[in-house]
Amino acid sequence: MSASISVTDLTFSYPGGHKALDGVNLHIGAGEQVAMFGPNGAGKTTFALHLNGIHMPPVGAVVVGGTPLDDNSVMDIRRRVGMVFQDPDDQLFMPTVRQDVAFGPANFGITGDELDERVRDALAAVEMGHAIDRAPHHLSLGERRRVAVATVLASKPEILVLDEPSSNLDPASRRELATILKSLDVTMLMVTHDLPYALELCERAVIIDAGKVVADGGTRELLGDPDMLALHRLELPYGFDLKSV
Amino acid sequence: MSGGHAHALHIHGHSVVHRLPGHLKVAALVLFVAAVVATPARAVWAFGLDAAVLGLVAGLAGVPARFIARRMLVEVPFLAFAVLLPLVGEGPFFEFGGVRLSEAGLLAAWTILAKGSCGVVASILLAATTEIPDILAGLNRLRVPKAIVAIAGFMVRYLEVISGEVARMRVAMAARGYEPKSFWQVRALATSAGALFIRSYERGERVYMAMVSRGYAGTMPTFGETPTMTTDVVRALTLPGLAIITAAVALVVSG
Repeated sequence: MSASISVTDLTFSYPGGHKALDGVNLHIGAGEQVAMFGPNGAGKTTFALHLNGIHMPPVGAVVVGGTPLDDNSVMDIRRRVGMVFQDPDDQLFMPTVRQDVAFGPANFGITGDELDERVRDALAAVEMGHAIDRAPHHLSLGERRRVAVATVLASKPEILVLDEPSSNLDPASRRELATILKSLDVTMLMVTHDLPYALELCERAVIIDAGKVVADGGTRELLGDPDMLALHRLELPYGFDLKSV
Repeated sequence: MSGGHAHALHIHGHSVVHRLPGHLKVAALVLFVAAVVATPARAVWAFGLDAAVLGLVAGLAGVPARFIARRMLVEVPFLAFAVLLPLVGEGPFFEFGGVRLSEAGLLAAWTILAKGSCGVVASILLAATTEIPDILAGLNRLRVPKAIVAIAGFMVRYLEVISGEVARMRVAMAARGYEPKSFWQVRALATSAGALFIRSYERGERVYMAMVSRGYAGTMPTFGETPTMTTDVVRALTLPGLAIITAAVALVVSG
């Protein structure tokens, strides 16, 4: 199951006064997979943190599947929007993989056999069922990233938000994660610097710079405009040929 | 819940001691230590019995004596302090090998040695036969405040992450020619300790955000508990039970 997400005029400043988001408008339809590019400090992660109410929108609105994000709806929206953070060591904080994957659904009131089933299904979806009783810090980075995805899948989210999912992964782990992400039936927003990864997984892409959406279109079309990419400090890896994929 | 990756103090095994639930082992340890502490120090035979029972448990669990001896080094600083007590204690005194020793000091030193060692060995046996997640789950089950158990869990979880950061910072310093040899060169180390604090603090913030994004609202969730078997309770109570009987007899005998 997937849901749409609508962001209107979202503006956010950090306590120091730095304006991280400056009137962002974005609509992602149910079931869409969208990549978000932008230079460092463009506001990508800050934007992502608004989608499940880690930051509440002081100006503007976030609407998830028709439900506006506010103090009353925030817990429901946190269940519906699964957030996978960049560093799995931030996301996996419990003593065992089992407890980490159960953490979300347990907070949302799931108990007993259903909780066990959720944990097993989520780990099976990322092919990490064998690690259920291991300590997260004894897994490889690729395995931890997959378990991090399972920790949000266990809450059966309708929208998955991934912050730099391919960063620091070796090529095989990167490919394995892509296979898993492709198999999921959810709306997806993927914040990334890995442009070929975005091309593989997302048909649509947006570019965010200085807290504003500056481009929105097909991933292939955006990546085929080197001048526009360069304007926002983005570039395809050396030797990468769009026509060959 | 067992089967996680072993920690340094753990010895992998499937003995009857290994299989006992964590909460019973933690409770047994606390009761055992309380019984040992309550045993009168002059009843030397009682500590001999306690040590024998500990030896039996170690044998059952397959924990080698050398492993225990090596881990017992942790009490050396306390024993060093104990050695001084007969020399600085109050009277009455007696002569031994030309040295004047305090009787009260000697008794205090013996108390630290005997009671401390029994407690340390029992703790070593708990750690050697119980995975950390099982100990934490046991503490939860014994109704230790959730915040305390969560803090202990985070400490275990992030110890390796933070020590990894320390190691990388040291390598980065060494790679730029910084090998402190005198006290006056510790400035960079102090600075890096500050940097490490900031990094850990920031990680704490990010972990908190990850918790909140998965529905954390101030209370850690409790996971299903399997029912406690009576046979396990009896087995776990054997060690503290014997120590309690020993302490009781010693108290009666010593009047």
